[in-house]
Amino acid sequence: MDLTLSPTEEAFRDEVRGWLEENHPGEPPEDDQEAFEFSRRWQRKMYEAGWAGISWPKEYGGRGATLIEQAIFFEEMVRAKAPRVANILGLVMGGPVVITHGTEEQKKRYLEPILSGEEIWCQGFSEPDAGSDLASLKTRAVKRNGGWAVSGQKVWTTLAHEAKWCMLVARTDPDAPKHQGLTYFLMDMEQDGVEVKPLVQITGEAEFNEIFMEEAYIPDENIVGEVGSGWAVAITTLMNERAGLAFAAQAALQLGMRRAIDLAGSTSRNGGLASEDPVVRDRLAQLFIESEIFRVTNYRGLTKIMKNGVPGPEGSLGKWQWAEVNQHLMELAMEIRGPYGQFDDGSEYSLGGDWQYQFLRTRANSIEGGTTDILRNIVAERVLGLPKLR
Amino acid sequence: MNFDLTDEQQMLQAAAREFLAARLKSERIRELAESDDAFSEDLWREMSELNWPGLMVSETYGGQELGMVELVVLMEQLGYALVPGPIFSSMLAAIALEAAATDEQKERFLAPLATGEQRGTLALWDAGAGWTPDDVTLEPEPAGGGHLLRGEKLFVLDAATADFFIVGATDDRRFIVERDAEGVSIIPTPTIDTTRKQYAVKLDGVKVGEEAEFGGPGAMEPARVRAYTAVAAELAGIAQRTLEMAVQYAKERQQFNRPIGAYQAVSHRCAQMLLETEGARSAAYYAAWAVENEPQTAPLAASMAKAYASDAGTRVTGASLQVHGGIGFTWEHDLHLFLKRATADAVMFGDARWHREQVARMVIDGAPAEASRPSPEALAAAK
Repeated sequence: MDLTLSPTEEAFRDEVRGWLEENHPGEPPEDDQEAFEFSRRWQRKMYEAGWAGISWPKEYGGRGATLIEQAIFFEEMVRAKAPRVANILGLVMGGPVVITHGTEEQKKRYLEPILSGEEIWCQGFSEPDAGSDLASLKTRAVKRNGGWAVSGQKVWTTLAHEAKWCMLVARTDPDAPKHQGLTYFLMDMEQDGVEVKPLVQITGEAEFNEIFMEEAYIPDENIVGEVGSGWAVAITTLMNERAGLAFAAQAALQLGMRRAIDLAGSTSRNGGLASEDPVVRDRLAQLFIESEIFRVTNYRGLTKIMKNGVPGPEGSLGKWQWAEVNQHLMELAMEIRGPYGQFDDGSEYSLGGDWQYQFLRTRANSIEGGTTDILRNIVAERVLGLPKLR
Repeated sequence: MNFDLTDEQQMLQAAAREFLAARLKSERIRELAESDDAFSEDLWREMSELNWPGLMVSETYGGQELGMVELVVLMEQLGYALVPGPIFSSMLAAIALEAAATDEQKERFLAPLATGEQRGTLALWDAGAGWTPDDVTLEPEPAGGGHLLRGEKLFVLDAATADFFIVGATDDRRFIVERDAEGVSIIPTPTIDTTRKQYAVKLDGVKVGEEAEFGGPGAMEPARVRAYTAVAAELAGIAQRTLEMAVQYAKERQQFNRPIGAYQAVSHRCAQMLLETEGARSAAYYAAWAVENEPQTAPLAASMAKAYASDAGTRVTGASLQVHGGIGFTWEHDLHLFLKRATADAVMFGDARWHREQVARMVIDGAPAEASRPSPEALAAAK
């Protein structure tokens, strides 16, 4: 057991830290569209310095970083409060899927514009009637003129309004068992058969969208993997999502923890500071402990991946734990604020900070990227080996 | 960066698991639990041959001089197997001596502990006073170049089979008192956990010379940090075992024509047990690593581990009982033995809430620059 960084890892951390200090682009603009262009320029800058495809193999323009280095990189990005890159889904899912399952032509065509942020990607998996039970999705692809005509509806599609490409899973064989009749396509979003409508969230923002497809056309060469193998390809995508984002999530949680402690130290309660209240102290300490355990468990998981080559279903434990801690932390922050927590962020009576926004945003943590309820099923069935109800 | 156990540590783990499974079947544990002192001469001899009592004792005094990670590996297995008797209490005495005793004291008392020839135990908490690790009130009375010790110590593990006691006094002072010294009497105090016996030790003006004294303000802190971590590891082992019992039962037990583990009310409870068990294990190993490699983080990491594992140990054993239903509530089933050990461990060396307050002192009041790395000033302020 050695939890210290090796000299190489330390050098890598210093390099990332130094680069971020020199190149940090500052605060993003208020306006949504301007903010997106800002994040696209930021990605371009990272791409030019060779940081964009941190986990990708060098032969495809990536950095070929080890898992530890990826963890360090994401932690440093959060620590420096660096803005998110524009093409996050292309980088953590699209690229890895093309690299693993794509043809040589596809690699040549798609990878570089993902890295540079020139082409934005989105992910068309969930549907109104296919959420946790993703394999029951109904979007149909029918063979037509050297390609496929796609009709159906997708939902919760982050960045669909900016995207050039959609990682689309559609049913190509309605008679096959539900996991076998699916195919993984790359769909051009810039065509008449595709309509995108924003979905406004409880925070008032529109991070995601609905996609309506009416006879949208996808040529044969845009299939990733084989016709009928879409489920397996989709699973790769989701695995990558979980492993890559865990470390960013962990670093962000640590920052949130620090902010909540500062909040308790600057808010009055019962004639003293909230940070002197025994109940607040007890709860903050518990959340601190849980966030640290989440961090340590992440590193334990990493050791396992490095040994066995693939992330195991244990990753589900981490995502579940993260969602709980993050939500409880923001609930506690709102409680510390008391009635002042109700004022809109930015109101003249608000005590400052974006706590209400964070409180609302974290409601999604136990839903997005696998609901906590489904994660419990995965842990029970695949880690503990308990029988399936279905 | 690597979270793996070394080959040697894995061997220790496998050897302990195998040895304890062979020696401590349910009937044997119950036999010992029903005896007066839960002590088995044979088991003690074999554990001594495996060099467990001297696991962390330095080689100078005949020990293995292994580290905290090895101790955590062993403690996890001791909890998993629910080992009765004085192995843990005697290791705690060794840790205390190693932390602050003089060379002469180590020669005289630590060396026989390392070989298993003698046993020691801690006698820290005073009757009528508090029970947290920092709350020791015995005030030694100066008498003719030495001291007289007067008081009554509670929660003394395995006193009947110990050769000497490490008696706690104010200002983190310690006195070595032999069991058969004049003025010492031992009273059994039956507790919820019958597998590890506790006693009251009365000190009725026990005369101790200068040569019996060690420690001083703050001197025992390294021993305490190790003790918190060790108990956390035992709790992780107990949680692991009762989780496995619950999962096994949920696969076998049929109701409404299916195994009960197919129902999410049961399977999600088991998943929660795994989450807490793994969390306790992560915390215990992190603390063990900190003790060895990052002493400035160790008090924080050890309190985190003891806080989390105390809750996890009691919750996971309780959840396992619930999964077992009525059979889990019977004397005949072993589950209650684990639940009772977890209950006793949870309040040993400070309960979850006390340790959370220690965490709060370090991370809230200390206001370190980074949430996960308290500054030395913050740690000093916490003391």
